[in-house]
Amino acid sequence: MEIGGEYLEILGSSILMTDYLEYSNALFREGLLDGQFIQLQMLRDDSNPDFVVEVVTLFFEDSQRILNELSKTLDEQNVDFKKIDANVHQLKGSSSSIGAQRVRNACIAFRSFCDAQDVESYGFCFFVLFPDQMCLRCLQQVKQEYLLVKNKLEALLRLEQQIVAAGGVVPTLNDVS
Amino acid sequence: MEYCNCFESPWPADELLMKYQYISDFFIALAYFSIPLELIYFVKKSAVFPYRWVLVQFGAFIVLCGATHLINLWTFNMHTRTVAVVMTTAKVLTAAVSCATALMLVHIIPDLLSVKTRELFLKNKAAELDREMGLIRTQEETGRHVRMLTHEIRSTLDRHTILKTTLVELGRTLALEECALWMPSQTGLELNLSYTLHHIMPVGLSVPIQLPVINQVFNTSHAVKISPSSPVAWLRSSGNNMPGEVVAVRVPLLHLSNFQIHDWPELSTKRYALLVLTLPSNSARQWHVHELELVEVVADQVAVALSHAAILEESMKARDLLMKQNLALDVARREAETAVHARNDFLAVMNHEMRTPIHAIIALSSLLQETELSPEQRLMVETILKSSNLLATLINDVLDLSRLEDGSLQLEIGTFNLHSLFREVLNLIKPIAAVKKLYVTLILSPDLIEHAVGDEKRLMQVLLNVVGNAIKFTKEGGVTVSAFVTKSDSLRDPRAPDFFPAHSDNHFYLRVEVKDTGSGINPQEIPKLFMKFVQSQPLATKNPGGSGLGLAICKRFVNLMEGHIWIESDGPGRGSTVIFIVKLGIPARLNESKLPFLHKAPGNQIELNFSGLKVVVMDDNSVGRMVTKGLLVHLGCDVLAVSSAEECVRAVSNEHKVVFLDVSMAAVDSFEVAVRMREKFSKRSERPFIVALTGNTERMIKEKCRKVGMDGVILKPVSVDKMRRVLSDILEHGYLVESQ
Repeated sequence: MEIGGEYLEILGSSILMTDYLEYSNALFREGLLDGQFIQLQMLRDDSNPDFVVEVVTLFFEDSQRILNELSKTLDEQNVDFKKIDANVHQLKGSSSSIGAQRVRNACIAFRSFCDAQDVESYGFCFFVLFPDQMCLRCLQQVKQEYLLVKNKLEALLRLEQQIVAAGGVVPTLNDVS
Repeated sequence: MEYCNCFESPWPADELLMKYQYISDFFIALAYFSIPLELIYFVKKSAVFPYRWVLVQFGAFIVLCGATHLINLWTFNMHTRTVAVVMTTAKVLTAAVSCATALMLVHIIPDLLSVKTRELFLKNKAAELDREMGLIRTQEETGRHVRMLTHEIRSTLDRHTILKTTLVELGRTLALEECALWMPSQTGLELNLSYTLHHIMPVGLSVPIQLPVINQVFNTSHAVKISPSSPVAWLRSSGNNMPGEVVAVRVPLLHLSNFQIHDWPELSTKRYALLVLTLPSNSARQWHVHELELVEVVADQVAVALSHAAILEESMKARDLLMKQNLALDVARREAETAVHARNDFLAVMNHEMRTPIHAIIALSSLLQETELSPEQRLMVETILKSSNLLATLINDVLDLSRLEDGSLQLEIGTFNLHSLFREVLNLIKPIAAVKKLYVTLILSPDLIEHAVGDEKRLMQVLLNVVGNAIKFTKEGGVTVSAFVTKSDSLRDPRAPDFFPAHSDNHFYLRVEVKDTGSGINPQEIPKLFMKFVQSQPLATKNPGGSGLGLAICKRFVNLMEGHIWIESDGPGRGSTVIFIVKLGIPARLNESKLPFLHKAPGNQIELNFSGLKVVVMDDNSVGRMVTKGLLVHLGCDVLAVSSAEECVRAVSNEHKVVFLDVSMAAVDSFEVAVRMREKFSKRSERPFIVALTGNTERMIKEKCRKVGMDGVILKPVSVDKMRRVLSDILEHGYLVESQ
């Protein structure tokens, strides 16, 4: 039975590892994460085993704060576009440091709308919307992407924990970039 | 009356007679003198008179005659000798001149006469020319009409407009009473009246095509005069009306195939239409030759215009059809794409969603197995475990196969340890084999290299599948797995004549044979084995043979690896051998930098140079700061992370070797920091290297960094390797060799 137990353990952790690889590959394929995330993973070593978890947690806190700021700013009567721009810039920086590609792209799009403050340059589709309404839409988009990547990253980290708990080693991801 | 020069008068002069003579002479002289004057006057008036010298002569003659008669006046009475002498001189001169003139006239008069004939001739010629001119003018007008008609006809590509225009223009040009076009019917046996100008005849009439008059017209390319009472003319001759003359001409209906490239169209077409033209009745007009010519020319032009129109119609129809087909194809393609996407999405989602509960079942059932159970409970749990495993395998197989089938599966190439792959597979199989009391042997050829380049996971899958099958279908004895590098001769499988493995220095072919002592396979069944969903075992066995997908997937994977798989068996009960050959790469000779390792790369020696290196990182973004710090810590540096410019300038000391400034910060001007740091450290040797980190690819940034005095610019995102290279570059050279 011991042999069986070991075998099952290997099987179990190998299933989990396969899962982990497939899950993370899926995230890369869908563009949620990019090569920067892999770089982060590579920084995890024996002296710093929780590096990725720490960075990701910090990212969540920071982004949540920034998103709350943005919502508050956009609610005001006179929207301060410069403040919005600064915040979005921050979020863009954090998301690109962590490799959250889609969040970064959403931030870039957001900024480009904030930069141009006259209606004409939005293009004919948007001429009916006011700048702050458009910023609201952009904010929604950013929030959406952020929540998505947050869920996925949390799931990924949970999987990592499971693997470690099952006695396996978290596989290093291929650099697909 | 005779003149004499004597003094005596023969009889007593009759005074009256004398008087009359006197007067007559006087008038004669007068006339004689005035004639030359008149002549001169009129000749002077005319521009051309060829015979001036004749005139002089004649004038002299006349003048002298006149002079003679004038002088005669003095001789009626007694005259002196002088008068007589003058008279004689005059007479002599006159005689001379008149003789000369007479002689000359002999020459001149024929000339003058011939002038007259020439004049007549010229007059005739002029009349003839006039007639010809009239003819030419008529012809030219006809030509003009033809051109105009042609222009009208050819200015449109619509068949009906062409025909209508023809009739209208012809009717106008020739002032016709009726103009009709008969087209052949579909069957070709009748002519239907299709178009008329003045609708004297009802449209829709039809006559059989075999009438002699029609044949006559069709057999010649000229316009033919036909009788007004023939069926195609169909004129109701009502009483006194004298029907106008009728002319008919054939209009060839040309098809595309009639136009040869090198010949002009021979009239090999058999389809003609008939154009019937009627002059107005009671007009006593007749068809003139030039009108008939005009009609013939027009008929030809109409034929060409019609064929153009027909061709255009056909091509428009074809184009419309193509467009419709294209649209339909587009729609179908998009539907297919949507379907494929939907299926892939579904599979991807279902795959994960299905696996999670199954894994839970498997894990928990195995845990349950470890607890204390009654025999029935144990049996139940074992069955649950077995079924869930089967289900998991099935899900995996289905997902893999569908991805293989739509070609979206790609091998994940990497370097791996070939020997340990075999060992791992056998380790996985050994427990099951042990339970069935079967032996498992692994024979690795000594010339099999240890590391290879290929898709490790899929190769393992193939091997597991094959070996697992071998175990499944073997009741006693065991399974032998042998692997070796194959040479060219043995590469060819007689059953796969299309398989020509190519040789190259970078690759080798791995041949694996899995021999079992199991139930064997009927040789006729072998081809079916690799087809999916085919069960080769009867359902009554205890070991159902799986979903039937396994071998099919193996075949696909092996094919993807540019190899081949087949089974050899001597028959039922004699065991079977599965042989597959796959192409793998040789790592030492391939460009390794392109292939990522699946396992962590061993630490680089250069890392040691960085241990303890004191660096400063300035970034106001907390996540970015943490990441950069983590990166540098990983490389062994001693990192001080700051978030503001003041902090940075304050904290930097001459112990720090490199300062990393993030220049994408909005609130802080990193360039100012650089300037202030330069001010702080006057000596170059004490100052740390300043490197800018930016996500902005604009050249302006690089220029600005250089101007401010930074030692390098790095483009984010920064990988571990990049940072390593940057650090070694800057410590070695003092500046970045290339701004990365």
